[in-house]
Amino acid sequence: MTPIVAAVGAEIATAFVEIGLIALVLAILARLASRLGITAVPFFLIAGLGLGEGGVADIGVSEDFVAVGAEIGVLLLLLTLGLEYSSEELRTGLKTGGVPGTVDAIFNFVPGLVVGVVLGWAFPAAVLLGGVTWISSSGVISKVLSDLDRLGYGETPSILNVLVIEDLAMAVYLPVVAALVAGSSALQTATTVGVALVTVGIVLWLAMSYGHVMSAQLDRGNNEALLLAVFGLTLLVGGLAQKLQISAAIGAFLVGLALSGPVQKRARALIEPLRDLFAAIFFLFFAFQINPEELPGALLPALILLVITGLGKLGSGWVAAGRLGSGVNGRIRAGATLIARGEFSIVIASLGIGLADGAQLGSVAAAYVLLSAVVGPLLAKHADRVADALPRKRVPARPG
Amino acid sequence: MTEIQEVQLPGVGVRLDFTTSLGERVGVVVHRGGRRELMVYDRDDPDRCSTVLQLSVEDAHTLNDILGGSRVAEVTTTVGQEIEGLAIDWLTLSGESGFAGKTIGDGMIRTRTGVSIVAVLRGETTFAAPGPSFTLEAGDTAVAVGTPPGIAEVRAILEA
Repeated sequence: MTPIVAAVGAEIATAFVEIGLIALVLAILARLASRLGITAVPFFLIAGLGLGEGGVADIGVSEDFVAVGAEIGVLLLLLTLGLEYSSEELRTGLKTGGVPGTVDAIFNFVPGLVVGVVLGWAFPAAVLLGGVTWISSSGVISKVLSDLDRLGYGETPSILNVLVIEDLAMAVYLPVVAALVAGSSALQTATTVGVALVTVGIVLWLAMSYGHVMSAQLDRGNNEALLLAVFGLTLLVGGLAQKLQISAAIGAFLVGLALSGPVQKRARALIEPLRDLFAAIFFLFFAFQINPEELPGALLPALILLVITGLGKLGSGWVAAGRLGSGVNGRIRAGATLIARGEFSIVIASLGIGLADGAQLGSVAAAYVLLSAVVGPLLAKHADRVADALPRKRVPARPG
Repeated sequence: MTEIQEVQLPGVGVRLDFTTSLGERVGVVVHRGGRRELMVYDRDDPDRCSTVLQLSVEDAHTLNDILGGSRVAEVTTTVGQEIEGLAIDWLTLSGESGFAGKTIGDGMIRTRTGVSIVAVLRGETTFAAPGPSFTLEAGDTAVAVGTPPGIAEVRAILEA
């Protein structure tokens, strides 16, 4: 007996040391990122590249733990995305967001898809690249808006509305992608997409109509009970959704949407620290799967995508803020603020990591997020300089 | 009363703004947690804020006391944000309203609609928690709390 215990003990000891060291490295990076005023996601990705296969320090024993932790991280990221907005805000988003949402999708999803196809990737991988370039980072953007004291600005509601619409668009996009990833023949894929969308539609309707009943039930429990209940529900629904081939992520997202009222606020506060922990593991694990040698090759496509979809987001912001009656400066600020991509681009790319061309998708997505998460907030900060340069050229041309 | 514009900020809270008598645009962002941001808009770029002041809940109370406002609106706003399905509305009696001169009890408002009139604003004065015998006058603003359909009924009663 004793030798076995000793062997297991030694393995656990190694795992603890590895995980502990990784967490400390991430802590230093998170601190550095907050000092620089940007999101920690790109730093976590770089750390993952350094620690993964082909990196400077290869970790071994704790990889299983990291893999499961990463999956939980995805679920918690989507859960908090669902928790972000009240059902009232989502309904308003649905009613008013048609035009800006469509413009946003065309300007930002289509370029990613096209670049994927041009690179000669399999269709599912190209669709995923479209998603990577489409969804702005609500985490980065809300931080930028509050750091720059811009929450009260005239164009800010339009920025937040675009985020709400993208949030809702994920509810359609994720099941479609999950079916594309799982399906083999065209007919089979179409059927899976159909089933997935109907299921999501029903669950979404149930969540928005009767979510308050479940929320009221959950709200009676103390914090400990609530945390465990929400965590349990998220994993349970996520797992069931995965079994139905709808993707675990969308299940977690729907749980978040279904929670409303006071319990939504409490759950958000309770889940956030847990999400930060597991999300960090997820970003790290995502980067583990990328071969650092492939990254330089991914830089050029990522840079091209950043330019095209940077202009795309400027277009989205221009349209969305214009509908609220913002001026030229406001419209440009709105677009520049929306450029930052982050956590959800990585989540989307991770769905395809096992696909044909999935490895390339992973490295392009990583490079793209590295660039846009750094460039986006900088452009948002200096958007007025760009805007100030424009009207001076235009005004004399206009009569009156 | 100055017109206050209300804009929802999904995921953040709500923004309220108005134009001062000298033409400056002033806004307040009320965060979900109760923190406030007070801002003055730029004249050249009306979307931009030239000044932003971060106020904790306590700071906001202090500023409110100095400015001498009533707390009714603020308390009711907080309640409205916390309880889903509960609406708060400010209903002003027009000059032609047939309800002017009647008491709240006359309208049997709570019995018929389930809506409570929690305050009545008359000029600079606020009457908090008015009883059924309170007489409403033309120009009064009643602060009503209840379900949105209930409040719509009250609006109809007051305008009848």
